[in-house]
Parts: sequence; structure tokens; C-alpha cells
Amino acid sequence: MTAGRRDFLEALPPVHRGWLLGFAHEVTLPAETRIFGEDDVADRFWVLRSGLVALDVHIPGRGPVVVETVADGELLGWSWLFEPYRWHLGARTRSAVHAWEFDAARVRAAMEDQPAAGLALFRTIADQVIGERLRSARTRLLDLYGNDKSHESGVRGAVG
Amino acid sequence: MTVLAPDARPALPPSPYRVVDRGRETSDTATIVLEPVRSALPPFSPGQFAMVFGFGVGDIPLSVSRIEGDRLTHTVRSVGAISTRLASLEPGAPVGVRGPFGTGWDLSAAAGLDLLIVAGGLGLAPLRTLITAALRAPERYGRLNVLVGARSPGDLLYAGQPERWRNAGARVLVTVDRPDDTWRGDVGVVTGLLNRAGFDPDRTVAFLCGPEVMMRATARDLARRGIAPDRIQLSLERTMHCGTGHCGHCQLGPLLLCRDGPVVRWDRAEPLLAVREL
Repeated sequence: MTAGRRDFLEALPPVHRGWLLGFAHEVTLPAETRIFGEDDVADRFWVLRSGLVALDVHIPGRGPVVVETVADGELLGWSWLFEPYRWHLGARTRSAVHAWEFDAARVRAAMEDQPAAGLALFRTIADQVIGERLRSARTRLLDLYGNDKSHESGVRGAVG
Repeated sequence: MTVLAPDARPALPPSPYRVVDRGRETSDTATIVLEPVRSALPPFSPGQFAMVFGFGVGDIPLSVSRIEGDRLTHTVRSVGAISTRLASLEPGAPVGVRGPFGTGWDLSAAAGLDLLIVAGGLGLAPLRTLITAALRAPERYGRLNVLVGARSPGDLLYAGQPERWRNAGARVLVTVDRPDDTWRGDVGVVTGLLNRAGFDPDRTVAFLCGPEVMMRATARDLARRGIAPDRIQLSLERTMHCGTGHCGHCQLGPLLLCRDGPVVRWDRAEPLLAVREL
């Protein structure tokens, strides 16, 4: 691991990391593979080891519109954690993906059986995934790169 | 009698320059290349800015996006009367230029270390000179990471340059907020690329330029990841007017950004940016 990284698995305490990886098996997905679609049953989740996955929303007349990408070291999917266990977004690989794949029902049951490990996993997902994506979404709502017509006295090409 | 503020510099008239080249970057942004008509201004450093005067409309501060001999290159987005005029000037058109103004990027602080450059939107313009300077002296620096965020693929500046930077040895990652159907790269905020930059915080100096909210979020993230605040430099922006420390329009706490900035280290900037404006 590079010191500046904050991978999902690295954020888990080592004892709980080993616990979670006990439920994993490795998968390889070719580029342009539909992993899941909106409203499909969220019965698995993944931690990407390499590759890029696009999260999308289907818009009538436009097809799937990409709203965010997930890259190596990151968790793909958290809808498996909450009822009704269905995906809010779709996911499709952009490149070949190598990942840890987890059976969601087994992990949920293990979280109930071992509350300390379950809490650690839940906290990591809340902070690293849900919180991070919420902050990202709020930042993008500001449309920071959009045209700011308020003034033209800035140093980087006349924008504020 | 003229009374100057402490450390204020004398205001000089604009030097005559003319546009020698102009290229369109995006639907509302152009890059203009200026050449002195007679004598050139003193040399500019990466990160510094000029006050560029459009005849009949006025002047605005523009950072240099390329320095080549006496020629100055500026990238301008059309957002008002002056910038629209400057962005539409054709080769041969006269302009006035004052400068160089402000602090530049302290590249010497990165000697022997890795560079992490994070650009948002037009923030890539003042960082381009820094990237070029680092690539020209690879023996002096470690790895060069360049992270670029833009609103959409059509808003990305300097088409073709990221590929040239990659070919010269830089690691370049690009993300957009709003992809089109042709975009195959990352989607999301630029801080989302930090994980893949692969930097060692103990050996890295970071240079940030973009919307202030983006820079604040990035600087905080980098500090959490272990980069010392005095190794994070950012280019700040307030309303610049005189460029010489006289008028106070660009005040940020004790700083006048036209003189003490625009490049400021995070250890100095963080408490100032936390103060709400009246």
C-alpha cells in the first residue's frame, strides 16, 4: 500500500479485514460487462483490486448516464446493506476488473453474529463510501467549474 | 504627494504588447500569446500573473499559462466585457501588460521530492507552467502526478497536452463531473483521484489551483493523508484591481493576494479561509 492511499480494506482494522476477506473470492470481469442494473437484487458486493467501474442511471431516451466511477481499492455497492436490498444505480465495467466478490447475505449474517466486526465494517462503509459519495455529490451540486459571471477579476483566466 | 501602503509597489503604466497567436480551448475559453512591441517586461515565474489591458474596456489579472522567451501566454474565459474582448482578440491586436505580479509556485521546495499537482477547471492554466518546468528538469524531482478535474470533457483545457505529459513521464489522471457519451474515463470530483495518485506523503509537495471550495477540500484531504501543511501550495483568488498592493481589493486577512499571493502555503491559508466574509 502507498502511504497516501485510503483503500477500503486498509481502512478496516486488520483483525476485521481478515474476517471480511474470509467471505471473499476473486473474480475477473471483462471490460464493458454489466455487473448489475438499477433495482436488481443486491445480493453481492465487490472491492476492486484493479480496473474501473461506471455507476449509471437509466434515462429514457438517453440510455445509461454515468454519474460516478469506482476504481481500484474502492467498494462497489452498499445497497446490499439496507432493505430492500436492491441497487439504486447500475454498474458496468469500463475496463477489465479484478475484484474481491462477497456474498451479501453471508456477510450480513456474520455482521449480526459478530457485532464488533459488523460495527467496524458498518463504520467503514459509512465513512469511506456513503459519506465520501455524499460529500462528492454535494460538491458537484455547487457546479464549481461552471461559469461564474459574478466577476472577472481573478488570476486564473478571469474567473472567480 | 503619493502615499503608498507599506510594501506597496509603484504602479507603472502598461507596456505595449500585441497578440501573435490565439487558439480556442473550449466554447468560451481561448489562449492568447502576447509578444512585446518594444521591450519586454521582467521575466515571469510560473504562478505569477499579469494585468492585461484591453483597449477601450480595461484590465484584468491573468496568470501566465506558458512562458517562452519574451512571449507570454494567457488562457482567458469569457465571463465579462474585458475577458470577452481579450479572448476574442486576433493576431496583431494591441494590448497593454503590467507585471509580473505576485508570488509564484515555489518549485524549489520540491527539489528531490515528488510533485502532486491538482487542477480544477481553469486552475490548470497557472499549473501548466509548473508542469512544464518540472518535466524540463526530471533529474531534480521525483514522480510527477497530475490530477485534473473539469465540468465536462468539452471543458478540458489544452487538448493533447496530458498525453504529452504522460509520454514525458508524468502520471496524469483526468475526471469530469458531467460526462458525455464518448467519455471513457473517470467521473466525479478530483479528490476522488487522490487514491490512485500513488504518492508518499513524506516525500511529496502538492500544488493546487481551482475553485476555492475544491482547493480547501483537497488540501484538507491531503493533510489527513499525511502531507505537511507547509508542503501544500495553493493559488488563491480575490478581486484583483491594482496588482501593486495599493487598493486592498484583494485582501485576505493580513494578506494582499496581488502581492503576498496568489500562491500561499496551506499552513498560512487555512486559518484565513476559515474566516467568514462580512
